[in-house]
Amino acid sequence: MPDIKVTPLGAGQDVGRSCILVSIGGKNIMLDCGMHMGYNDDRRFPDFSYITQNGRLTEFLDCVIISHFHLDHCGALPYMSEMVGYDGPIYMTHPTKAICPILLEDFRKITVDKKGETNFFTSQMIKDCMKKVVPLNLHQTVQVDEELEIKAYYAGHVLGAAMVQIKVGSESVVYTGDYNMTPDRHLGAAWIDKCRPDLLISESTYATTIRDSKRCRERDFLKKVHETVERGGKVLIPVFALGRAQELCILLETFWERMNLKAPIYFSTGLTEKANHYYKLFITWTNQKIRKTFVQRNMFEFKHIKAFDRSYADNPGPMVVFATPGMLHAGQSLLIFKKWAGNEKNMVIMPGYCVQGTVGHKILNGQKKLEMEGRATLDVKLQVEYMSFSAHADAKGIMQLIRMAEPRNMLLVHGEAKKMEFLKDKIEQEFSISCYMPANGETTSIVTNPSVPVDISLNLLKREMALGGPLPDAKRPRTMHGTLIMKDNSLRLVSPEQALKELGLSEHQLRFTCRVQLHDPHSDNDTLGRIYTHLKSVLKTYSIQHVPDGTVIVESIVIKVTSSAEEPNLKVILLSWSYQTADSTATKKKKIQL
Amino acid sequence: MKLYCLSGHPTLPCNVLKFKSTTIMLDCGLDTTAALYFLPLPLVHSPRLSKLPGWVSKDGAVNLEKVSTCLLDLSTIDVILISNYHCMMALPYITEHTGFTGTVYATEPTLQIGRLLMEELVTFMERVPKAQAATCWKNKEIQRLLPGPLKDAVDVWSWRKCYSVQEVNSALSKVQLVGYSQKELFGAVQVTPLSSGYSLGSSNWIIQSHYEKVSYVSGSSLLTTHPQPMEQSSLKNSDVLILTGLTQIPTANPDGMLGEFCSNLAMTIRAGGNVLVPCYSSGVIYDLLECLYQFMDSANLGSTPFYFISPVANSSLEFSQIFAEWLCQNKQSKVYLPEPPFPHAELIQTNKLKHYPSIHGDFSSEFRQPCVVFTGHPSLRFGDVVHFMELWGKSSLNTIIFTEPDFSYLDALAPYQPLAMKCVYCPIDTRLNFHQVSKLLKDIQPLHVVCPEPYTQPPPAQPHRSDLMLELQPPPMAYRRCSVLGLPFRRRYERIHLLPELARSLVPSEIKAGVSVATVSAVLQSKDNKHVLQPVPKPAPVPPSKKRKRVTEEPPEVLNPKPLLSGAVPLEPFLAMLHKNGITEVKVEETADGHILHLQTEDVLIQLEEDATHIICDNNEPLRTALRDLVLRFLQKL
Repeated sequence: MPDIKVTPLGAGQDVGRSCILVSIGGKNIMLDCGMHMGYNDDRRFPDFSYITQNGRLTEFLDCVIISHFHLDHCGALPYMSEMVGYDGPIYMTHPTKAICPILLEDFRKITVDKKGETNFFTSQMIKDCMKKVVPLNLHQTVQVDEELEIKAYYAGHVLGAAMVQIKVGSESVVYTGDYNMTPDRHLGAAWIDKCRPDLLISESTYATTIRDSKRCRERDFLKKVHETVERGGKVLIPVFALGRAQELCILLETFWERMNLKAPIYFSTGLTEKANHYYKLFITWTNQKIRKTFVQRNMFEFKHIKAFDRSYADNPGPMVVFATPGMLHAGQSLLIFKKWAGNEKNMVIMPGYCVQGTVGHKILNGQKKLEMEGRATLDVKLQVEYMSFSAHADAKGIMQLIRMAEPRNMLLVHGEAKKMEFLKDKIEQEFSISCYMPANGETTSIVTNPSVPVDISLNLLKREMALGGPLPDAKRPRTMHGTLIMKDNSLRLVSPEQALKELGLSEHQLRFTCRVQLHDPHSDNDTLGRIYTHLKSVLKTYSIQHVPDGTVIVESIVIKVTSSAEEPNLKVILLSWSYQTADSTATKKKKIQL
Repeated sequence: MKLYCLSGHPTLPCNVLKFKSTTIMLDCGLDTTAALYFLPLPLVHSPRLSKLPGWVSKDGAVNLEKVSTCLLDLSTIDVILISNYHCMMALPYITEHTGFTGTVYATEPTLQIGRLLMEELVTFMERVPKAQAATCWKNKEIQRLLPGPLKDAVDVWSWRKCYSVQEVNSALSKVQLVGYSQKELFGAVQVTPLSSGYSLGSSNWIIQSHYEKVSYVSGSSLLTTHPQPMEQSSLKNSDVLILTGLTQIPTANPDGMLGEFCSNLAMTIRAGGNVLVPCYSSGVIYDLLECLYQFMDSANLGSTPFYFISPVANSSLEFSQIFAEWLCQNKQSKVYLPEPPFPHAELIQTNKLKHYPSIHGDFSSEFRQPCVVFTGHPSLRFGDVVHFMELWGKSSLNTIIFTEPDFSYLDALAPYQPLAMKCVYCPIDTRLNFHQVSKLLKDIQPLHVVCPEPYTQPPPAQPHRSDLMLELQPPPMAYRRCSVLGLPFRRRYERIHLLPELARSLVPSEIKAGVSVATVSAVLQSKDNKHVLQPVPKPAPVPPSKKRKRVTEEPPEVLNPKPLLSGAVPLEPFLAMLHKNGITEVKVEETADGHILHLQTEDVLIQLEEDATHIICDNNEPLRTALRDLVLRFLQKL
């Protein structure tokens, strides 16, 4: 029985380190290759030794697909391809291919240059890794090899995020990556056609949340920023350079313009301008409204938002600063946080999800004292606000996607176990499909039931369709008979006669004859005539012929009447039929005997 | 399978393919050469133009030639496939007011730039409104009296006024976007666009079912310009290849023309003259700007301003920068840096290239001479170019350089004669030439080629150039306007799916080495041209309460038909088999064709022959069945 096997190496009942192995139709595919923000040791990367104990992965994987540029989906890529060893194709969309190496380099710098780690991938390795990348266009069907094909769909979430359909023969899997079912200020909503995959692997970050309307959240966010700035406080918004940051920038930019506010807005690191440039060049990946108006006004050219310099952090007076990274685990945002944490006038707004172990996660859980490196502790006095701006689908969105794609099975990853459990029950109830949620290293096996494609001879098909009439009758199904020839991997269904001819075989006739004795004073011909009339009245649905040479033919049954000269009244009726009509003959014979 | 040819124009094709009960229109180009029969539309009334001898001063709006609709009802079209933005300009005529309810497939750049070109055309026409449109001249009797080529034009009744913005919007709202290599299913037909290398988003199309493949090649290029290179390997194994859109100037080498363009331009500028380049607002202009970007500095003409004047100039330049996925590798990799793929962004930034929606407004106050002006329309009949012809035509210092190959430059210039300005003809047509086509066809080996008639003979002006035509074996099937071609297909198979339950129940047996057969008895379900075989449902048990009243009314039973038999029944093993089953008294008699076995106890005769077995057995059903099964053991079932 064919099946699809799924093993998460990361993101199984967890967020971060997304890496899912899928085996389908004899092909092995790795979906995403991310790192975990919450760890600094070996657990940071997926455990590739699961695939093979010794050496390179190339011969065990047919391809690697990266859904989007967030590090928890692509952060382990250079490690996997260059340090563990993988030379096969890596697929990602154009924007992901453009932005991914920049974030990887950023990540490398923080890890190696600032934290002084060794045994980490190098800049050259990132470059070598990116050389193995094959860009994907939306909806383009990419033939990885003869049997394996993949197709990308728009996922929203961040610029260039994609969902992928993986297909081998008639079996298919869809992996969503991270996605968003509601359009935001700069991206559109995820979309997929009714592709009815055998399995849908979905993220479930917000498995239990049903978020209120986007407008309310935006209003809330603006209100909080505005209040803090009004009372002279500083607002820190930790973000990732690309993604949410652009949406919030558009939001603040229009608000500042409308309210005529003067407090400065800064964006840390040189990445900003570059990042905005990517958005300009990949405008076809943004939402309808931005695409429509970009010639007149490019939404990614900001008037109020300026580049940040480290020295500005100590400037007096109100300001708003966007700083990277988004989970306060390192870098500029953590530095600024440390400076501003002691003043209750200030505020930090966490606009996205924070994984366990990061400073962001700790303060969101209400921790007021933080242990920093070197045994120092930090008092957190500033206000901590959480605004769910991450563009993940909420429970409603996930259900919506299931309705769109109509999968036969469901598998949840990229979420917390407890929340998944809840969503799993809901999905199984509402759609009556099986839902799985394997932990890391645990394999889920899904039995598929593919139909078998066969080439049918047009003659046979046309004959059958003509006989069956324009509409099939459910009460009286017609049985079609054919011969399936299996030769050199090809399956052809032809009529038995054609099969005989093609295979160079001659037909073997098997006939039966039976004699029935009857007393009848008439002549042989009259007896036959009477039989004919009788049959005519009894077997109305059959074609009955009276052939002049002294036979009656009922379909393929031949009836003859003979008598001997000695006893002219004793007629011998010869009934002869072929093997192919044997069954119906029995009934007819009975009728003659009546 | 039939092909209806609605346009005879080889580069502005419009064909309709009927394929597996789907009606597919391939492109709908708008032939604007008819505009050459009309007077130019100046912004202000020109007494000179309106008194021009030999020209009709009918003062009507320019009419455009529409594709022929005599062959079929446009409302029956299911799908329109667009190969590039030049080949969609007639779309509103097809989709609006005709009852069309189908889908149009095009790539995103084709849609966006096509929209720009249509909007430009509409603006050009609407800018110079005419109080009334003359139509009487279309009457055959009056047309006969008209001068010049108009007299001989065919089907003038089908010439139409330009469409409106509303019609453009409505037509384009029917477009469904597709990406290269996207497999789009339409009924039983799958359509797939492939990169054709000619312009941004330009595509060739594959139209196929499981067993038939038609390739539609239209406007393709193998030169390295800005678009993604042409995809060739997917065109292989075609049953039919429809070939249109070859180069219109087979004798001109685009690279040579580009060199000539630059040198003429430099010469004119150095002498203090202006250069006028009548061109379309998208396409070759991107390459021209890129070429000039490098050339001007090296020729020490870096300070010469370029002006691009078109209602859609800004949009065209902006749009070209956002379609990185559709560009050649070289340009694509620029956006990873991130840098704009085309250098005209830098020309604009450094103020070397300026764009204006029209000559009104800022342009008139800002422009400096000598300069280079790119503007439309290349027919010189409408658009801002008409104004520049009037403005610069009188001075021999100025030069007009024709780069677009769609119009005869002499015809285009006719109403402006006598002209003092220099005229240079550098047609740049990057589409396939005959040499490239024959090489391509050799590689992809289609079974049959269909092409417009002009490709099957040398150009009329050069009858001895047999290298400027298609010579193929078998010879291509040529079409002209209003032809209907039957396409040669020999279809023998169709795809059907066996449900897994049915597939599992099959019992294959090996007939000879490597060949197995299995008999299949199943119920056929056909829906939307898709066929599925299901297992035969088990007959529902007859409810015991209902008694059968009359035997004659019993419906015919659903019974598995018996398979055909093959092979032979060998005598000795058969006798042994009979013996084993308790039939011991057998009398064997040899005949001409085989043997007759007489089972004496049972009084049964069995005739064994090479290809036949005949069992003669009176009223003993169990025995007959037993004997039958014994015989069947020796035979193969099909």
